[in-house]
Amino acid sequence: MNVPADLRYAKTHEWIRVEGDTVTVGITDHAQTELTDIVYAEPPKVGAEVKAGATAAVVESVKAASDIYSPLSGTVTEVNSELSANPALLNTDPFGQGWIYRMEASSPAEVEALLTPEAYTAQIS
Amino acid sequence: MSDPASLKHTPLESAHVTCGARMVEFGGWFMPVQYSGIMDEHKAVRSASGMFDISHMGEVTVEGPGALAWLESLLTNRVGKLAVTRGQYTLMLDAKGGVIDDLIIYRNGEMSYFLVINGACRDLDLEWMRSRLPADGSVVLKDQGDDYAAIALQGPDSEKILRSLYPACEVPKRNGIAPLTSSAAAVSPLVARTGYTGEDGFELFVPVADGIALWESLLAAGVKPCGLGSRDTLRLEMGYPLNGSDLSSERTPLEAGLDRFTGLDDPEKGDFSGRPALEQQRTAGLPSRLTPLKLTVSGPPMRSHYAVFAGDSQIGETCSGALSPSLGEGIAMAYLPPAFSAPGTAVEIEVRGRRYAATITTFPFYKKP
Repeated sequence: MNVPADLRYAKTHEWIRVEGDTVTVGITDHAQTELTDIVYAEPPKVGAEVKAGATAAVVESVKAASDIYSPLSGTVTEVNSELSANPALLNTDPFGQGWIYRMEASSPAEVEALLTPEAYTAQIS
Repeated sequence: MSDPASLKHTPLESAHVTCGARMVEFGGWFMPVQYSGIMDEHKAVRSASGMFDISHMGEVTVEGPGALAWLESLLTNRVGKLAVTRGQYTLMLDAKGGVIDDLIIYRNGEMSYFLVINGACRDLDLEWMRSRLPADGSVVLKDQGDDYAAIALQGPDSEKILRSLYPACEVPKRNGIAPLTSSAAAVSPLVARTGYTGEDGFELFVPVADGIALWESLLAAGVKPCGLGSRDTLRLEMGYPLNGSDLSSERTPLEAGLDRFTGLDDPEKGDFSGRPALEQQRTAGLPSRLTPLKLTVSGPPMRSHYAVFAGDSQIGETCSGALSPSLGEGIAMAYLPPAFSAPGTAVEIEVRGRRYAATITTFPFYKKP
């Protein structure tokens, strides 16, 4: 299972990539494997306030709808518009083209509460 | 998920694990929901072949000189029209006309019948049947649910595959049942030509000990293992109801649009459990109809228990829904007042607080090209 070393992880199987003031959020390879064929994604709206641990997006497989929890609190600055036409990107490239939204974090210290790649790998093993 | 140890297990479980199944709880059973993926499995059944473990379904044998008359009183359509080796879809109703179960009954001898009932309501069905057995011993009922492993082979290639495994045998025609044997094959299944996918196919019943060998022979013939996930999308595309979701004791077969599987219009069908309630409902008019819907805008897949609106009024809720893998659109069914059941009627479906435009369509959702 792919767990990139440059990301931090939530127990609920989301990842974040921090680049300057921008945080990109997606779901992990493990999550997409568990969810299987993803057929629909509902990202948050740009400008929405999201809270760490609260539902920020929904992805749906043929069988079930799953909440995606924001790993950090802050404001959504951009959403991946490709996902509406091609939700399968969440399956094929979860750490790349399958990103869900970008945000500006209001409490950057929350990052420290997230899992390291090693800790997340241990969780899913 | 419930603790697997508390669930019932099919004789094919080790084969599912070998095939990479994802296992889930379903109606008290530990069952495969998918192997390669619901989309992939769904498409295999529409274009070639797939197989489903249906060992959770119950088998009941009813025999004796009183069997026919008793079954006529228990089931909605006329059992007496079945020739030996023939079967039909039928329903078992309570006194209010509500559905206890939908099932298939085969006549496999002069005074012998083979019933295949839903896995989730085996105990309830048997209790209902046993409580109505005549006291004179003229009907003998045997619960054979734990005696059989069962596999549904479905898809346009099914007949070719069955013929390759049983070369000298006459395979049954649609709705027929026959035992197949071959010196070349390890097992001798009882084979019924029916299914729940809208494709040609067979349901194969073997003694529990032969289940894995049958599964492996089909696997070796190139049949794709399929789980409950694709079984659900395949049946939903055809508009086939699922008991527990689309059928219940709260709804009659008339509301479900299953009139043709009742004997109400058959002059030779006598009384049966629920008949007076159905006749009364016919006279009074139906309070609701099981109605097919599809989204007319791009939106999330429809699922059960989504509210259906006409203008500002909620007129019902979905009982089954999915993204149709064949059509690529959201499909669902809902019990709606008859005034809203005409094809082309515009409605809205509410998903997570947002409403999406939908239209009433016609069954089946999917028609074979």
